[in-house]
Amino acid sequence: MYRYDAFDAAFVRQRTEQFRDQVARRLSGELTEEEFKPLRLMNGLYLQLHAYMLRVAIPYGTLDSRQLRKLAHIARTYDKGYGHFTTRQNIQFNWPALVDVPSILEELAEVEMHAIQTSGNCIRNVTADHYAGAVAGEVEDPRIWAEIIRQWSSLHPEFSFLPRKFKIAVTGTTHDRAAVKLHDIGLVLTRDAAGAVGFQVLVGGGQGRTPMVAKTLRDFLPKERLLSYLEAILRTYNLLGRRDNKYKARIKILVHEVGIEEVRRLVEAEWEAIGRETSLDLPEAERARIAAHFAPPDLTPRPAEPPALVEALATHRPFRHWLRSNVKPHRTPGYAVVDVSLKPIGGAPGDMTDAQMEALADLADRHSLGEIRVSHAQNLVLPHVAREDLPALHRGLAAAGLATGNNRLVSDIIACPGLDYCALANARSIPIAQRISERFADLDRQADIGPLEIKISGCINACGHHHVGHIGLLGVDRKGEEAYQITLGGRADENAAIGRIVGPAFDADGAVAAVETIVETYLEERLGPDESFLAAVERLGLAPFKARLYPDKRAA
Amino acid sequence: MPLIKHGRFAADLWTVYADDAPLQPDIPAVVSLARFLAQRAALTASALDLGVRLEPGEHPQALAEALDRLALVQLHFPSFTDGRAYSYARLLRQRYRYRGEVRAVGHVLRDQYLFMARAGFDAFETPPGETAQKWRQAVRAVGPAYQPAADDRRPVWAERRTHPERAPSQ
Amino acid sequence: MALQVLTANRLRDGAVVYLSPDGSWVERVAAARAESAPEAVARLEAAGRAAVVAREVVEPYPIAVEQGEDGRLIPVRYRERIRAEGPSIRLQCDEEAA
Ligand code: SF4
Repeated sequence: MYRYDAFDAAFVRQRTEQFRDQVARRLSGELTEEEFKPLRLMNGLYLQLHAYMLRVAIPYGTLDSRQLRKLAHIARTYDKGYGHFTTRQNIQFNWPALVDVPSILEELAEVEMHAIQTSGNCIRNVTADHYAGAVAGEVEDPRIWAEIIRQWSSLHPEFSFLPRKFKIAVTGTTHDRAAVKLHDIGLVLTRDAAGAVGFQVLVGGGQGRTPMVAKTLRDFLPKERLLSYLEAILRTYNLLGRRDNKYKARIKILVHEVGIEEVRRLVEAEWEAIGRETSLDLPEAERARIAAHFAPPDLTPRPAEPPALVEALATHRPFRHWLRSNVKPHRTPGYAVVDVSLKPIGGAPGDMTDAQMEALADLADRHSLGEIRVSHAQNLVLPHVAREDLPALHRGLAAAGLATGNNRLVSDIIACPGLDYCALANARSIPIAQRISERFADLDRQADIGPLEIKISGCINACGHHHVGHIGLLGVDRKGEEAYQITLGGRADENAAIGRIVGPAFDADGAVAAVETIVETYLEERLGPDESFLAAVERLGLAPFKARLYPDKRAA
Repeated sequence: MPLIKHGRFAADLWTVYADDAPLQPDIPAVVSLARFLAQRAALTASALDLGVRLEPGEHPQALAEALDRLALVQLHFPSFTDGRAYSYARLLRQRYRYRGEVRAVGHVLRDQYLFMARAGFDAFETPPGETAQKWRQAVRAVGPAYQPAADDRRPVWAERRTHPERAPSQ
Repeated sequence: MALQVLTANRLRDGAVVYLSPDGSWVERVAAARAESAPEAVARLEAAGRAAVVAREVVEPYPIAVEQGEDGRLIPVRYRERIRAEGPSIRLQCDEEAA
């Protein structure tokens, strides 16, 4: 993974000092809250329902064991002993004191981490496929490009006061795990007919109040021209994005209002002009320097069916479940990519205690070259595990409460913090997730139901990605009561689609029951176990689900 | 409003005129884009030192042909959150090769000087009580620059090749 | 006017606080100063603005409360109840300790 050199280290250190000064000016009264707020937001510091909340970037979801131990240390020392992994490859600490935040940032800088641009109307933490560099079929490791973008976008002098926040995601495979079509810019590494590597550039995706699937801006952009092209898109957006209404300020609205052809014309013209003026694109040597940090680990193929694994499979049911759902093929034979569930039955999705972080850091050192990934589904990943280590790893994870075998199953629920933490929420998300998870606790039943992604947001900001849940739940305020609107058929992969609303909202009990009804309807209606929930919804439409959910409204 | 230019306090010799106010002879005059375009021939033929003030939404392309005649372009920040003027400043410097003064006016806060200086601003109407020393500190708060812009900082990727071990300090 | 108390977040650590009868900021809503007369609520709000200037708290605002059966003050809206009592879910760290 990427390692800071003296320049990167100086940058983060100086940025931390700058924030220390800003906090001091706030505490001394030199800055009012109004003036301080945008400054703290640029360092990921929010004021939430109960306290400040610090959002720390995990660039493109890559962590090492040393960094995870530092996060554990911060959780224990400055917070209440846990952290929350979000849908954007960030971790949030829910209880830091303002006066401690400069010290937290200093500790993060020691392990090459920061909270820069995790909030505010700037280019946010760049995200990437959480299996990057570990699975077969990649054109290139997307993290190389995410790191290049991270550097280019850091304290960008032109793009730090955009109309609205700006999110970029990169994937290296055609099967999209990074939800690139739901980002302001999505980049898909690809090859042209001549075999040259470049990007398909997508623009204008997003969730929130007006969910939209991104459109193709350019079918093929030579990879070495990435930064100048991004600069052209960002400048076009900075100049023309709406600033009169924050709900219409994202680039998706610009694309929607002026049309993708016009945006393309503007961007291409800007790009051409920029190309004549300066050279923004990185020289080959610098690209190679960054790429070298992501060179694939030197793994020698190992046995695919080692005896220890075969035996554990035969004798241990939880291991079987876990192996089936949480263990994915690695590019090197005899190795595996392991999803570490942060969704224990009845737990708070994405939460992890300091002790769990330390346990996982140890397991990563022992079994995964010290590397850990953070997925947008609020789980962690150990990317390079020898299959013969799987039984031992499973035991280690189980001891730490991290071995739930539910990856992409019905209890692997994405939920935003909701009204338990978030100042913007209409309704709670976590307790709904917990109750649904408890209803479907039986892993045999979950395996029978098959892949089913439930996603819950506490308000229309959609941090819980409800629009793209196979089943989505959106918290709404119904005359002062928490209520939940349900959508079906959303998906976040390469065939991204926005879910459709089934009907009027339910109260909390009703919503949990409705999810069960939806699942039962699917089980009754599916053509067989091979027809997934999503496939069934796509085939059947909403009608059979509506009929069961709202039996009184016959013509729904 | 203390004016800081090239890192030092400077006297402000310019007068900003309302669109209907008559221009005084011999006093450097800043006019709106609308007035400049409407009276362009007369203004450029006069002996006055001339400046134009651009509001957000007024692309400097409108001035491209006249920049040789302008000693000052003011870019107005009605609110610090409106970042269009950062693009305007870079366009003025990098696309239209403007060498005169580019001045930030309006809601100009200390924590933005660094971005502004990098985008090509060289003059700042600062909040009351600002000092030149604080201005310099703010512009130097973060030394390494990851991207080329309109200032003379070399991007980190270029520095890495020439001085691999040396990072710029504050 | 319904019974109101003034709430805010403390500047230094962000904690949820309420204005108490002696003018200090306390963490328990039950210990807050409740008023119902419009002039008295206006005085609460003025005290809040002064506390912002004094850099004690940020974002003060009045909330409606009611008296529970035991006479204790309880916020009316569920958002404020969660704010007063903390997250409604069991924290993972509590779970570990249990
Ligand atoms: S979706 Fe709404 S409630 Fe949930 S975290 Fe985002 S802003 Fe808060």
